[in-house]
Amino acid sequence: MKKRLLSIMLVAAMVGVMVMGCSQKADNGDSGDASDSGDSDLITVGYAQVGAESDWRTANTESFKSTFTKENGYELIFDDAQQKQENQIKAIRSFIQQGVDYIVVAPVVETGWETVLEEAKAEGIPVILSDRQMDVSDESLYECWVGGNFIKEGEDGGHWLEDYLKEKGMDGEEINMVTLQGTIGASAQVGRTEGFANVLAENDNWNMLELQTGEFTQAKGQEVMESFLKKYDDIDVVIAENDNMAFGAIDAIKAAGKTCGPDGDITIISFDAVKAAFDAMIAGDLNCAVECNPLHGPRVAEIIQKLEAGEEVDKIQYVDEELFDTSMDLEEIVKTRAY
Amino acid sequence: MKDKSLVRRITGHRLFMPLVCLAIVLLANLLRQPDFFKITVKDGTLYGYVIDVINRGSELVILAVGMTLVVSSSAGTDISVGAIMAVAAAICCFILSGGQVSVNEYANPYVLGVVIALVLGAICGAWNGFLVAKLRIQPMVATLILFTAGRGIAQLITNGQITYIRVPEYKVLGGSISGLPLPVPFFVSLAVVILAYILLKRTSLGLYIEAVGINPKASRLVGIKSSLIIFLTYAFCGLCAGIAGLVASSRIYSADANNVGLNMELDAILAVALGGNSLGGGKFFLMGSVIGAYTIQALTTTLYAMGVSADQIPVYKAIVVVIIVSLQSEELRKWFKKKFATKKVVESEVA
Repeated sequence: MKKRLLSIMLVAAMVGVMVMGCSQKADNGDSGDASDSGDSDLITVGYAQVGAESDWRTANTESFKSTFTKENGYELIFDDAQQKQENQIKAIRSFIQQGVDYIVVAPVVETGWETVLEEAKAEGIPVILSDRQMDVSDESLYECWVGGNFIKEGEDGGHWLEDYLKEKGMDGEEINMVTLQGTIGASAQVGRTEGFANVLAENDNWNMLELQTGEFTQAKGQEVMESFLKKYDDIDVVIAENDNMAFGAIDAIKAAGKTCGPDGDITIISFDAVKAAFDAMIAGDLNCAVECNPLHGPRVAEIIQKLEAGEEVDKIQYVDEELFDTSMDLEEIVKTRAY
Repeated sequence: MKDKSLVRRITGHRLFMPLVCLAIVLLANLLRQPDFFKITVKDGTLYGYVIDVINRGSELVILAVGMTLVVSSSAGTDISVGAIMAVAAAICCFILSGGQVSVNEYANPYVLGVVIALVLGAICGAWNGFLVAKLRIQPMVATLILFTAGRGIAQLITNGQITYIRVPEYKVLGGSISGLPLPVPFFVSLAVVILAYILLKRTSLGLYIEAVGINPKASRLVGIKSSLIIFLTYAFCGLCAGIAGLVASSRIYSADANNVGLNMELDAILAVALGGNSLGGGKFFLMGSVIGAYTIQALTTTLYAMGVSADQIPVYKAIVVVIIVSLQSEELRKWFKKKFATKKVVESEVA
């Protein structure tokens, strides 16, 4: 009996760990390329990437890998944190130990970074944030932040919908919508939700039925959309806070016997605008994709060069972003896209 | 008297508590979502929340089958199954795409990808089995190796990219075929359960596994090769993880090394425990684990259906699991009985 109770308690403990989402996992902080830079002329940059959660992230990684090359005078130490903050903190510590010149972080979540940033500051290593922001009490802990303006992206998506509905003559009707949110607490989720909510507040006839997280993945986006479709008969608009969740939503909508896209029952707005999103728009499944430019590498390199020259840099640096919808000549645009 | 014995026989049945828990989770929906049990037909396929539970729970059922045997034979858990799923998905997509990031047609035959993925899954399981059975490393520690390294291997295979196989046939395993009333993953899980059941009950393998789990030394003395049995259960568990990985990959027609099967090892262990199996090894109830797996999925689907906001979901899940687990705790039941009995005694004394 004791054994049984013990095992039950163990399970409870394991479940506790699981649901708290703090399961310690896979550290690859010291994988392969952690070798010391033999060449002292090279600027060593450690990049703590979130993981390979989506095509966008992949393009972002590629941008860094192609910018910070030996030919350009850099040595890049890349770390994939597999969506875990612990892994990123571990990676940053290992960067500090290796004595890199600059640390670039794309934080998984906004909070809980003070300690490790202070360690970097004590060593005099400037930290540059990419993509997502950090919520720290002391802003001097990091040098600057490079990324998209998520609130503006959310607002852009909202304004696009306003125009689109006006064009279709539906601007007076009751519009029911649902949102597939990103990983709760991530800057992209917070910003896009807030930005869209700003536009939502201006339109009395827009009715946000429910927001639920799809954790930025296709599988979860599909699962949550399946649930939405059963719960609400009349969904007019789906806001997917990244492309992958939109793909999942498209599959779920089709499986439910409904149609989506410009000629369908349900309008889908997606964020990020990766190549696959263009394919989905060309195929007529997706209405609109708000770009979130992942090519941060060159901008970060520019900042590092400025810092090397002893110049001051702006705290917040937005990258340029656009919006694409099915009324554009997408086949031509997609040819010019790097991701 | 006769009635009482019938009631006792039902309540005393080993599947009674797991079934009650599943029923409670499902019935809770009636409070907020009366439509929960409504099933309609769309495209010749059944459609409804309950179907979602059956569909989405498939991978977990497959994992739970393998996990049950591992727990039974070695009194330990295989925590690498989620990572093995990712490895299987990655190798399958890698072979089918021929190393490209996104393809619209197979670079290699579908069967080749599937077979190699399953073989690799079984090899991963066999590795775990080797460590546990031959080298006698504690199961948790032995499987921790692949738990940590598995996703790294998957990343290496896919080159850190999400590999897409945009071929309609690839989606079949995780989708539905019109005309077939239930989604394909359900049939895959059904096949695994039936196969395991036949293998365990029609041959003496099931008995051997239980015997080894109860007392490996005694089993060896009566002529059962304990280490071989333990090795086989781990290899089978790896194979199950491979199958689950293929289903999960087919759902999103891609290999997402970071997210396929994420945290599912914990759900699988929980499913085994919810099914009334002792994590201390020995006797096992395969159907209990299957019901446990559906209970976990039912809980997830329920929380979506009830519209619990995303940031609160883990809290609700934890509360429900604690309740279910304690419902099944015999110590707690005994404690209640004792408390109740003493109360009665006190009352009668007062009177």
